[in-house]
Amino acid sequence: MSAETAEKVLDKKPAEALLSKRRKKLISDPLVDDNPITIQVLGICSALAVTTQMKPTLVMAISVVFVIVMANLTISLLRNTIPTRVRIIVQLAVVATLVTLVNEVLKAFAYDMYKELSVFVGLIITNCIVMGRLEAFALGNKPYDSILDGFGSALGYSWIILAVAFFRELLGSGAVFGIPIYDYVSGLFGEDFQLATNGLMVSPVGAFIILGLIIWVQRTKTGYVEH
Amino acid sequence: MDLFNLGIRSIFVDNMVFAYFLGMCSFLAVSKKVSTALGLGAAVIFVLTVTVPVNWLLNEYVLKEGALTWVTASLAEVDLSFLRFIMFIAIIAAMVQLVEMVVEKFAPALYGALGIFLPLIAVNCAILGGSLFMAQRDYTLAESAVYGFGSGTGFFLAIIALAAIREKLKYSNVPNGLKGLGITMLLTGLMGIAFMSFMGIDL
Repeated sequence: MSAETAEKVLDKKPAEALLSKRRKKLISDPLVDDNPITIQVLGICSALAVTTQMKPTLVMAISVVFVIVMANLTISLLRNTIPTRVRIIVQLAVVATLVTLVNEVLKAFAYDMYKELSVFVGLIITNCIVMGRLEAFALGNKPYDSILDGFGSALGYSWIILAVAFFRELLGSGAVFGIPIYDYVSGLFGEDFQLATNGLMVSPVGAFIILGLIIWVQRTKTGYVEH
Repeated sequence: MDLFNLGIRSIFVDNMVFAYFLGMCSFLAVSKKVSTALGLGAAVIFVLTVTVPVNWLLNEYVLKEGALTWVTASLAEVDLSFLRFIMFIAIIAAMVQLVEMVVEKFAPALYGALGIFLPLIAVNCAILGGSLFMAQRDYTLAESAVYGFGSGTGFFLAIIALAAIREKLKYSNVPNGLKGLGITMLLTGLMGIAFMSFMGIDL
């Protein structure tokens, strides 16, 4: 008996490394090759409206990272107990709870930011990336992998919206993170040299066009073609 | 007249898609053909017109600070507005289910047309966004009904226009990297410029 159990123990596969190749891929894939925004066309809804400036965009990105990682973890832990028929409602409830948490924290510690983001924090609930990752990954995978997957997707989303915000703030208001870059540049060349800001970049139109161009550059680099 | 003004504003000036980027996911995904875009657009008008007033009632009589005084006066200090997100999304999911069942029972032809789009709508940002804007801007019941209908109509117009353009776009030679999402974003931007011309209109 005891020999048999010992043999079984020996047969067991060695535990997977904390950051094995497969797990690194979970994080790195959504950054470029399988980016949630530019390739999968998800989560454009709640994000673009906040990208007129870098600061609210950064707050938004951090909130989304938090919500996706925690939601993925929670759903992954519950995955064997959720009946398939009601899974959407369960997912919505989990995500809505997390978003409420983020909203209350913002309201308490960063009231100005809370005012500026207004309804768009609430709209993380209906961010398709969150629901997409829960459906496609967390329902069928272990907690640790789900955390990594959520983290990767959220980072892929974050860098795109930060890039959009960078160009919109720089071209639209002549600043980055509120630092007036344009003023410094014209200071270097003297009084007569003025850089003009582009009002179109501050309006929603700018967001669409910048994102369209980023998608163009990114897809040309990865060679992805949509049919 | 104020209501009329609000309706026009929510259709054109504060357009869900072009001014607030709401409902972009389905806007981009379901705009390949005019016929399907029509179905989704109609479903969005329908659901927004129903859910915004219902959520108004919920907000006014349950969630707002001091809203529960109609039960007993001692509840005057209760403020449940932090439950807004979870309650709104629950109401939306429930209403969508209800609307689906009612339509299936009483208007099978309409159900055939809207069919697959109704469940999708529960997670459309435009629907939740409509309710959140309603709560934030302190609309009255009549205003919220008009706002729901108006912003739904705005989405309807936007998605049909984009679908019509994309049907024509099939015949043009778009650079590889721009095919699909890229060119659609640029198009949406150009359409946004067109809609910007309504800005500042006051009836």
